[in-house]
Amino acid sequence: MNGVHDMGGMDGFGKVEPEPNEPMFHEEWESRVLAMVRAMGAAGAFNIDTSRFYRETLPPHVYLSSSYYKKWFLGLEEMLIEKGYLTREEVTAGHAMQPAKTLKHGKFDLGQVERIMVRGKFARPAPAPAKFNIGDRVRARNIHPTTHTRLPRYVRGHVGVVELNHGCHVFPDTAAMELGESPQWLYTVVFEGRDLWGEDGDPTLKVSIDAFEPYLDPA
Amino acid sequence: MSHDHDHHHDHDHSELSETELRVRALETILTEKGYVEPAALDAIIQAYETKIGPHNGARVVAKAWTDPAFKKALLEDGSKAIGTLGHVSRVGDHLVVVENTPERHNMVVCTLCSCYPWEMLGLPPVWYKAAPYRSRAVKDPRGVLADFDVTLPKDTEIRVWDSTAETRFLVLPMRPAGTEGWSEEQLAELVTRDSMIGTGFPRTPGAPS
Repeated sequence: MNGVHDMGGMDGFGKVEPEPNEPMFHEEWESRVLAMVRAMGAAGAFNIDTSRFYRETLPPHVYLSSSYYKKWFLGLEEMLIEKGYLTREEVTAGHAMQPAKTLKHGKFDLGQVERIMVRGKFARPAPAPAKFNIGDRVRARNIHPTTHTRLPRYVRGHVGVVELNHGCHVFPDTAAMELGESPQWLYTVVFEGRDLWGEDGDPTLKVSIDAFEPYLDPA
Repeated sequence: MSHDHDHHHDHDHSELSETELRVRALETILTEKGYVEPAALDAIIQAYETKIGPHNGARVVAKAWTDPAFKKALLEDGSKAIGTLGHVSRVGDHLVVVENTPERHNMVVCTLCSCYPWEMLGLPPVWYKAAPYRSRAVKDPRGVLADFDVTLPKDTEIRVWDSTAETRFLVLPMRPAGTEGWSEEQLAELVTRDSMIGTGFPRTPGAPS
């Protein structure tokens, strides 16, 4: 979706402000939100792409004015309600009122913690040969799905060069919508800065994205 | 660098914020419904606070600076090479290590959300996840670097890696001059988090850490 989360190339957000000796969490509740997201995801309530989509669909003014973990919290609460794990009445009451929905991987207990500290695997067997080779020129498709996609707006329509092939990976566009993993070839595609930003762009800049095969046409 | 603070500073507050109340309510509901065990949430937080952090990435960089065979393997297949180091073997399958040279400087961003090599660098800092960095890194990286007081030679190529999939990128910075004969442990002390994102350089010998 063409949301405010797709920020590459936007102007007006001001300077980057690094915080010296930044703490891991600024408030204790942030750590509880992180843990709940990781736990409910591991228990099978949602996949990582779905959780990203729920944060992207927050209203633009909420997305832009909420801290990072606030967005995580708002996305988590809405997602769990829509997927039937809790109800708005329960959220209002602050207590469980309805029977629980069965989690695909069961309750998240202490025995599960080790498992989530290992990064997930996203590579899948290839359903078909790769369409593109290293060095091929490709054009990022001019697509504007209203659902989840990982093709940022700033490259759409532009020509780049395939630099790396990462194998077949879970396709976020379908996984986020719970339409299956639909594995796709994944490539690093590199663009010239001036092709993206025009003649005034930095001539020394090259930008790459990781693009799934359905995002690309031969050029 | 981020482990020595007391992040429970809000315990002294007598009033809870609206967000804090809502977060507590959600945890209560998830617990009452039997979805999560609160002690397991505690354990997740503790694991993030103690097991991951930029020290993992720094060990990898320092080894690459001292062991040419490891460096070669690291640049060919980051996940596989790091997997051979017992102490940081949880990196997953999709880590790509990119090398800074006098001709090319690499910088990593996630314009769409906040993708970041947690296993190597810990949880990302707020600036990495915020709009100014995400919007400008791909268009005006020299301007972003200026915000970090970093200046590159005019003709150095800048390569920005936008982390739009589950691949993760770690920058291998250039080894500082004046470190000949240093041990891996000594070198690791020079490797900053930002130097592995591409928004900084390693510390130079003798400079305050």
